[in-house]
Amino acid sequence: MLLRTQALTKAFGSLRAVDGVDLVVQPGRLHAIIGPNGAGKSTFFNVLTGFFPADSGSVIFKDQDITRLPPHVISRRGVVRAFQRGTIFQTFTVFENVQAAILSRKGKTRNLFELAAGMLREDTRRILETLGLVDQANVRAGHLSHGDLKRLEIGIALGMEPELLLLDEPTAGMSPEETAAQSALMQKLVAEQGLNILFTEHDMEVVFGIAKWITVMHQGRVIADGKPGDVRRDRHVQAVYLGEES
Amino acid sequence: MSGSRRSRWWLIALAVVALALPQFAEPIVVHTAIEILIMALFAMSFNLLFDGAGLLTFGHGCYYGVGAYTAALLMTEIGMPMFPAMFAAMVMGGLVALVFGYFCVRLTGVYFSILTLAFAQLMFSVFQQSYTLTGGDLGILDIQPPAFLMAVNNYYYFTLVVVGVSFWLLWRILHSPFGRTLHASRDSVVRTQFIGINVRRYRLAAFVIAGVFASLAGALFAPFNRAVAPFLVSWVKSSDPVLMTLLGGAATFWGPVVGAAVFTTLHEVAIGYTTYWLLLMGGILLVGVLFLPGGILGFLEDRFHGAAAARGTKMTEARGASSNASAD
Repeated sequence: MLLRTQALTKAFGSLRAVDGVDLVVQPGRLHAIIGPNGAGKSTFFNVLTGFFPADSGSVIFKDQDITRLPPHVISRRGVVRAFQRGTIFQTFTVFENVQAAILSRKGKTRNLFELAAGMLREDTRRILETLGLVDQANVRAGHLSHGDLKRLEIGIALGMEPELLLLDEPTAGMSPEETAAQSALMQKLVAEQGLNILFTEHDMEVVFGIAKWITVMHQGRVIADGKPGDVRRDRHVQAVYLGEES
Repeated sequence: MSGSRRSRWWLIALAVVALALPQFAEPIVVHTAIEILIMALFAMSFNLLFDGAGLLTFGHGCYYGVGAYTAALLMTEIGMPMFPAMFAAMVMGGLVALVFGYFCVRLTGVYFSILTLAFAQLMFSVFQQSYTLTGGDLGILDIQPPAFLMAVNNYYYFTLVVVGVSFWLLWRILHSPFGRTLHASRDSVVRTQFIGINVRRYRLAAFVIAGVFASLAGALFAPFNRAVAPFLVSWVKSSDPVLMTLLGGAATFWGPVVGAAVFTTLHEVAIGYTTYWLLLMGGILLVGVLFLPGGILGFLEDRFHGAAAARGTKMTEARGASSNASAD
């Protein structure tokens, strides 16, 4: 197994946002975490990546305990996340956004006197090709369309060469065309580059369309975990979703 | 400063004027030019933190003052020659920045700014009150540059070379992978952490580098002025680079230089007519901030470089937006 959490817990005051979560991520899968708003998905991601320190429990990545390590250490270990929105480098071009991550991964950021502009162009270009962002390479990130921004979010993370990529709502706010393209991109990354992806998602079409494994969270706990077909038939899950939506 | 042909021509023209200046200008003008160069270096070192890393320091005068005092003390007390004294001043400025910076970079946003100010005020008190070492509020007098730098023109050329090389170094640093990483942390602290960067450490490094160059500026000033006083460490001195940078344009490499030139020249001219020159400066700054949010150079770039350089103000906007977001 690639990643395992044991009894992972994070509370804010009396609210146990993540409440004793045990989760296993097997390699080679598109693994979705779903659940109604407030289920604890985002907090779970934040604890997993070191953004919030866990109150108790542990996160084991490839047999190493990464609980409570700071984000910059965890992202170097191979667990890298992309964000839902607004965390790209706005004043950078698309190219520079991705390049910044690669410079960091390759340990070049302590270099004070080489000119960054000419460095690692090939590596950066390869990622832009994967994302289909080559034509926008020199566009300032602050001027991108929503769909391109979301792809750039993933691009920055890819610059870190993750083993486990965490995506928070990768299709949120996208048009149907953009959503289809984003889903295809995620499938491509898993199939062609051997990446492992764990993602949260609201769009059930996307989830049941591409996920090979689904974990359902509700009120900070895991209430179901399994193949899409099994999860779809789960009584408890149906109750939670139907109760929410009807 | 995107290496465009036009800005290169401007740079060459400016260099020619700077080199030829003592040949046609009055000594008083050359004297003012030296001051402009020193203040430009001071302001640019400030902007390495401000635009470079998104950190607003209110205490940068501290490192300028430490540089000036270190050079002054070594030259007057133990008769150290000027060049090694300047080098020692940079080392001292770097060390002080390392110690103070260690604490400052633990804070963000306005708390960072306030702590830099607190440390600077601490330093000010030390310099003002320790009569045995720093001469208290009398300062240190009779700092003599070496004989070959006594003539104002010679000191001018010397300053021009030192400041010019410093500009080149700062430009390289800002365009290096290290500089990129600082810019990244300015745009989004959170994301920079998630690409594997220990942001605090990079901020501290920037703080030290800025301190070293500010000290160099101070060390250039002491023998030029022949005297130092606690005023050089005060919060008024710390406000100079802030105002100069905003006036000139923070998002452009040469903005602080333009700001320093305008600020210093205005000071020289206005002080001949009125003792209320600060009032005049205040008025000019008000107009600048209200009508030229990208500073003088930002405005000129927008105006004459067209779309290619809407960058100046865009970057200022983007920074405004993100610094709110990252005030975590």
